[in-house]
Amino acid sequence: MTAPAPGPVQASRLPGVAFIFKKALISALVALVLFSLMIGIRTEAGPTGQLIYWTRFGDLAAMVATVFGGSIVVELLRQWWGPVGTVRIVPPSVQSTLAVARRAIAPILLIFTFLVPVIFYDQRYILDLGILVLTYVMLGWGLNVVVGLAGLLDLGYVAFYAVGAYSYALLSTNFGLSFWVCLPLAGILAAFWGVLLGFPVLRLRGDYLAIVTLAFGEIIRLVIINWQSLTGGPNGVSGIPRPSFFGIPLTPGDDGLAAKLGIEFSTTHRIVFLFYLILALALLTNWVTIRLRRLPIGRAWEALREDEVACRALGINTTTTKLTAFATGAMFGGFAGAFFATRQGFISPESFTFQESALVLAIVVLGGMGSQLGVALAALTMIGGFELFRGFDQYRMLVFGLAMVLLMIWRPRGLIGHRAPTVFLRHSQAISSELAREGRG
Amino acid sequence: MSGDHILSVDHLTMRFGGVVAVNDLSFEAERRKITALIGPNGAGKTTVFNCITGFYKPTSGAMRLTHDDGRNIQLERLNDFRISKQAKVARTFQNIRLFPGMTALENLMVAQHNTLMRASGLTFLGLIGAPSWRVAEKRAIDQATRWLERIGLLARADDAAGNLPYGDQRRLEIARAMCTEPALLCLDEPAAGLNTRESAALSELLLSIRAEGTSILLIEHDMSVVMEISDHIVVMDYGVRIAEGAPQDIRDDPKVIAAYLGADEQEAIAVMESGT
Amino acid sequence: MDYFAQQLINGIVLGSIYGLIAIGYTMVYGIVGMINFAHGDIFMIGGFIALISFLILVSIGLTVVPVILLIVLLVSMAITALYGWTVERIAYRPLRHSFRLAPMLSAIGMSFVLTNYSQIAQGARVKPVPPIITGGYTLHEGSEGFVVRLSNVQIIVVITTVVLLAIFTWLVSRTRLGRDMRACEQDQTMAALLGVDVDRTISMTFVIGAALAAVAGMMYLLYYGLVDFFMGFVAGIKAFTAAVLGGIGSLPGAMLGGLLIGLIETLWSAYFSVEYKDVAAFSILIVVLIFLPTGLLGRPEVEKV
Repeated sequence: MTAPAPGPVQASRLPGVAFIFKKALISALVALVLFSLMIGIRTEAGPTGQLIYWTRFGDLAAMVATVFGGSIVVELLRQWWGPVGTVRIVPPSVQSTLAVARRAIAPILLIFTFLVPVIFYDQRYILDLGILVLTYVMLGWGLNVVVGLAGLLDLGYVAFYAVGAYSYALLSTNFGLSFWVCLPLAGILAAFWGVLLGFPVLRLRGDYLAIVTLAFGEIIRLVIINWQSLTGGPNGVSGIPRPSFFGIPLTPGDDGLAAKLGIEFSTTHRIVFLFYLILALALLTNWVTIRLRRLPIGRAWEALREDEVACRALGINTTTTKLTAFATGAMFGGFAGAFFATRQGFISPESFTFQESALVLAIVVLGGMGSQLGVALAALTMIGGFELFRGFDQYRMLVFGLAMVLLMIWRPRGLIGHRAPTVFLRHSQAISSELAREGRG
Repeated sequence: MSGDHILSVDHLTMRFGGVVAVNDLSFEAERRKITALIGPNGAGKTTVFNCITGFYKPTSGAMRLTHDDGRNIQLERLNDFRISKQAKVARTFQNIRLFPGMTALENLMVAQHNTLMRASGLTFLGLIGAPSWRVAEKRAIDQATRWLERIGLLARADDAAGNLPYGDQRRLEIARAMCTEPALLCLDEPAAGLNTRESAALSELLLSIRAEGTSILLIEHDMSVVMEISDHIVVMDYGVRIAEGAPQDIRDDPKVIAAYLGADEQEAIAVMESGT
Repeated sequence: MDYFAQQLINGIVLGSIYGLIAIGYTMVYGIVGMINFAHGDIFMIGGFIALISFLILVSIGLTVVPVILLIVLLVSMAITALYGWTVERIAYRPLRHSFRLAPMLSAIGMSFVLTNYSQIAQGARVKPVPPIITGGYTLHEGSEGFVVRLSNVQIIVVITTVVLLAIFTWLVSRTRLGRDMRACEQDQTMAALLGVDVDRTISMTFVIGAALAAVAGMMYLLYYGLVDFFMGFVAGIKAFTAAVLGGIGSLPGAMLGGLLIGLIETLWSAYFSVEYKDVAAFSILIVVLIFLPTGLLGRPEVEKV
């Protein structure tokens, strides 16, 4: 066997090794300073209320060592991969294959989703998880109208989810209105709030808009917490009626659906019903969004994302165009909220924190802004990922935050970085979202 | 000057803080003619455009647009999108502002937004796929196709606008403005960055647009284009009008030459006289 | 009247803290044009580091209060500044030329990381400390027995803020670093061509912002006697409101905005309702952005077409 001249290879790698070591050492040093007090020392209020502390130098050493090792690994990976870039990671040939596969993915996924309650009929856990994923798919699709299509960064989307949830909860517990009456009302109320907020603030620049929507989300939450006489404050609203099968209750009694169909009652019926209900709502959102994209209003949303000034020069009323996007997204959020309330039977302000908004936003961004399929896949990944971390609940937000940072560095355009034209003469070809500008307004 | 004016700018002044960008400027643009607004860099031409097209609110002065049916519109009372929607004034930008991530065809469809919005019954008819909407959509696509054909981009209709060569983008932007069916088309340096062949094609396009009855107001640095196609030229410097007239008059006007050479008047005349 | 005077004092002290945080927002926004969403959490980290270093100093037997305060101040500024530097390095620098929303989303992610990190490292419970600085002056004794007091802590908070602000103003207006910062603010490409190390300047902006947030964190600890892992979120939004109110990009504006927000919040709590004080602060943010988007001392923006 002829040895392939290891000498020069080694030699050319040697400075690299020194460089990697130096870098790792610096990282470890930085980590040591950063973690010295925060991890090396643990404080806690003692039994007498006096603050006590103890040291955790072992943990500190382990963390610093991890950073040192991690830094070497990252550096090695970087040299191995070469410069990180989307093209490098997903070569064009693979992308075009993916494009073909993508056409097949959506129908397969849809059929599978329809069959989930059949396949997993006995597994309550999977059905519950499915409902949760679909709820986020719906929220993602709703927010996608605002962020993905119109390019308006909305950090307070959860406010509309809350409006929808509380609308149903309060209307049903106070006035005995049924779910099917409340569902459209919840959507309309959420859209109304969307317009109310949107009207004054939609002239703002992108990042200002983000902060204002965030503030709005917090205001709604704080009002819910403090307006105890109406909302029950931090205790929330309980005893929210479960949905009926278009008027026929899903209960074990004589007038229940099971009795009417002459089958044995099972609590799973309700779960399956809820599953198909949220699936229908999500698909409605999807259908409406796809339709809207091909209508002048949807095209104006996308044009607005690309260049607001040009839109104005073409006679497009940018304020109403933004408002419609905001209201449409809010309406879907409201529907999802009403569903959430009826599924849980109990809601409290805790479910509507900023983290929820950030999660839905992350789903939209990960999905590749504007891509319906991407959003669905992203919701599945995110919520599924959260389930994997169920045992490590306290690390959830840490991992989520890190994932968001890495995602932005690795693929800021999301999983599916293409947009399909809304109209074509000969053939529809996907446009790389590198070309698409995003909201100047 | 007499005649049928589509646009009369009357004592227009625009101040930014202490800077007077446009100072008491008056001029007219004739109907179905090409009026060029020229002048050295920083003369205030683009500011005039931004006032006419509603992006700036002028400090003082009036701009009157007279439609074919005799209807008068005071442009200074309308703002941003209403200028295009109601007054039927369309514009292009000095630095091209297409929707780069949308196809050429989509760009032209967006331009027909207001017509299509009405046709789609403010979206509701469109959502249920009403036949009247389908007819309107078909018509809009036809209109866009016609324009793509005219600017020689039919083959690239489904390509992203951002992927088109520079010259094609310029023409597409003009086509997009025309798809709003304007009475007055304002072009901000349409020939900038074009080669000789492309500028010739541009001149031809603008002449054909004029022939179809749309009035054009043009800012341009490329004198060959300006002299070739303009019916009337207004020259600005430091925010005021320094000359106006037919192309051949402007070519020989010492004040214009002085403004462009940056020399004072006496000197410029001396230069010209010694030159001839 | 006495009640009002007391609230005024409290408001100014609170406003000083907000102002110190707001400077970090305004500087970063001025240079990189992004809302550093994690800045509120940097403030929270600063509070924690001040708490821990204080605890260590006391337990090793140091009793001279001014020395303790000085060491705690320096340690928390140094370590927190390193946090600011690291955050910029990890989460923002790779995104400098990415699409517009990317840094904002990355910043939100970083904010979650820092919040959760403190929660894991130091527990979720509120950490109280006994009053470190006691005593004060009675300014006025009212007829109904209401006393207007100015405590020593309040004096220290205000004096520290004023001194730091003076140092900082000098730094930005008179030093090479300050000149580089202003150059980057105007035009990064041009600054780089003229030999300004843009990366380093941006890093320094984050470092300074974080150091000032650390001071705010320490003042918060001294004034309220407690820290917790979640305090960065609301304080961050309020400080951002202050930055916007003062005119984003303007340093005196940030301080002025901070004082105003502090006063509004205190007076609102005193005369209307404590429960809705945050709602009031957030509403101000919305109202200011709508009616006064350039803030009190900000430069008006002319839209380029």
